[in-house]
Amino acid sequence: MAATAMTDEPSFLTTLLARRSVVIALGAIGTIIFMALFANWLTPYELAEISIRNRLTPPGTNWWLGSDSLGRDVYTRLLYAGQISLSIGLVVALISSLCGILIGLLAGYFSKLDAVLSRVIDAMMAFPDILLAIALVAALGGSMINIIIALSIVYTPRIARIVRASTFVIRELAYVEAARALGVSTWRILIFHLLRNMVSPIMVQATFIFAYAMLSEAGLSFLGVGVDPSTPTWGTMINEGRQYLDQASYLILAPGLAITVSVLALQIIGDGLRDALDPRIAKEL
Amino acid sequence: MSDSEVILAISGLQSAFKSRSGSVRAVRNLNFNIGAGKTLALVGESGSGKSVTSLAIMGLLPQAGYIAGGSVIYKNRSGELIDLTQQNAAQMRKIRGREIAMIFQEPMTSLNPLFSIGDQIGEMLLLHTDLNTAARQAKVIEMLELVEIPAAASRFHDYPHELSGGMRQRVMIAMAMILKPALLIADEPTTALDVTIQAQILDLMRRLQKELNMAILFITHDMGVVAEMADEVAVMYAGEIVEQAPVQQLFKNPSHPYTQGLLKSIPGASGIIRSEDGKLQAIPGSIPMLNAMPEGCSFGPRCASFTSGCESSVEMKATDPLHWVRCRRTGENAYV
Ligand SMILES: Nc1ncnc2c1ncn2[C@@H]1O[C@H](COP(=O)(O)OP(=O)(O)OP(=O)(O)O)[C@@H](O)[C@H]1O
Ligand SMILES: [Mg+2]
Repeated sequence: MAATAMTDEPSFLTTLLARRSVVIALGAIGTIIFMALFANWLTPYELAEISIRNRLTPPGTNWWLGSDSLGRDVYTRLLYAGQISLSIGLVVALISSLCGILIGLLAGYFSKLDAVLSRVIDAMMAFPDILLAIALVAALGGSMINIIIALSIVYTPRIARIVRASTFVIRELAYVEAARALGVSTWRILIFHLLRNMVSPIMVQATFIFAYAMLSEAGLSFLGVGVDPSTPTWGTMINEGRQYLDQASYLILAPGLAITVSVLALQIIGDGLRDALDPRIAKEL
Repeated sequence: MSDSEVILAISGLQSAFKSRSGSVRAVRNLNFNIGAGKTLALVGESGSGKSVTSLAIMGLLPQAGYIAGGSVIYKNRSGELIDLTQQNAAQMRKIRGREIAMIFQEPMTSLNPLFSIGDQIGEMLLLHTDLNTAARQAKVIEMLELVEIPAAASRFHDYPHELSGGMRQRVMIAMAMILKPALLIADEPTTALDVTIQAQILDLMRRLQKELNMAILFITHDMGVVAEMADEVAVMYAGEIVEQAPVQQLFKNPSHPYTQGLLKSIPGASGIIRSEDGKLQAIPGSIPMLNAMPEGCSFGPRCASFTSGCESSVEMKATDPLHWVRCRRTGENAYV
């Protein structure tokens, strides 16, 4: 690495950004997040602005992405729906990471807890994501909070499993024993010594969960067990648009593309992170 | 032990491991004392129970392990006698690092790769003192100088992978000693290092020991290192001590056949018998499995002077006020 000859190893960011696909993906997801965040400045319409006269207008100058069955601007709805879809993905990724870290550390470090916890984790991982999510939403009821809770429960085992396995490996390493021998407490070891060493696999997995959670939310909405249909999400938009598939296919095209691009971008970023954080692969790049 | 006060007195210590076929005792009825500022070397082959002994003292036995009996009396800074086997986790945590510190064999892996060495040494101060950041940093740099790390101040932010094995062991020593513990347990601290580095580390440990008047329990299987470091030597075999004596006494007059065998394996030591082809003489056979201890003397099956009497159990006997041997045939002279 001639460019970074001053330091022994290329920095993490240098490695990550060395891949063009990652840069494009970051640009794409960054743009989507930006547009969702600043929705009210980026569109002249109000979210709930109805214009029955102009219902199902194809894309054009007034309605860039067309209008829906109530004459609402699809572009406007797409931006506001992005706020909710992205938030669900992000919040689920955060909650399931936190819970997964806690459960994984406990299971990995205290073998008495492991017997119970790892059985629960295995049982949950045995179900397909979407089935488990449907079952949980059916049990909890279909509000936004419940969707977030259900999806967090679904994805927690993914993190927990990684953290548990890493804990098994790391806790046997000499420096954990050395730290204990010098009076470092169990919690400090768990947080500073174990967790610090698994930040990268957790970050990678959390990025994937962000993507999966958005996809699952859309799936649940599409199946009619998602958030309240009046709440704009990319999933509810597709579900609505489905009824007009033959007259106005653009209704599902826009939210469909938004989901696809976001999920793809997140997956590419996750892969990039994984490689950049793995010192062996990072050197080859 | 007469010339210094005892700071660690182990008596009747037994530690065992649970296994599917019941529990096995890795350390059986161990007794020894360490005097303040003195070095006791615990020697013996791989598997003789040296590490288990040190972990039992520190309360760090692995999950399947437990203390099955005996006591470990430690005299703390305020002069109280406490039994380390009876302390709870929080009490032990306060003792570790501050009263008794421990360093391990693997200097390459005993440091967390993700923290700078300055932070790792400083963690000791963070945990056990209320010094502020600047004071901690100053103290760490002072300690790095004390363990002879060149350009100490500029090394503060180095990560473990930027240091050689010898330097890392110095960092471990700095970490272990920054709180000036009264007892250091060193489990084969130089085994992984090459000979010149090993000598430097041993020098450093001796110098710091004098400066801090620290006792050392030095675990090794290298009799050469024992000769250099120890005041007193305890030879361990299959979980018990078979011979204990002041270092000169032990080298001059090794009385247990096992000790004699160990001494024959020092390369280049004077007066050491080599076998006819000039090879170092190793002791034939291997240490018995924990679940298949022989009757009587545990060294019996490998002993050249084994007689039928050796099949009943044997106690430690003093051949000299400070020299103890666990061998039925001690004094017979016939077998030496
Ligand atoms: N976690 C464990 N579970 C079961 N048995 C163990 C465990 N750790 C050690 N032992 C047993 O205890 C005995 C003593 O082991 P120990 O590690 O103390 O040997 P040692 O003298 O330190 O050897 P070395 O010189 O190789 O370090 C061995 O027979 C070993 O098999
Ligand atoms: Mg050992």
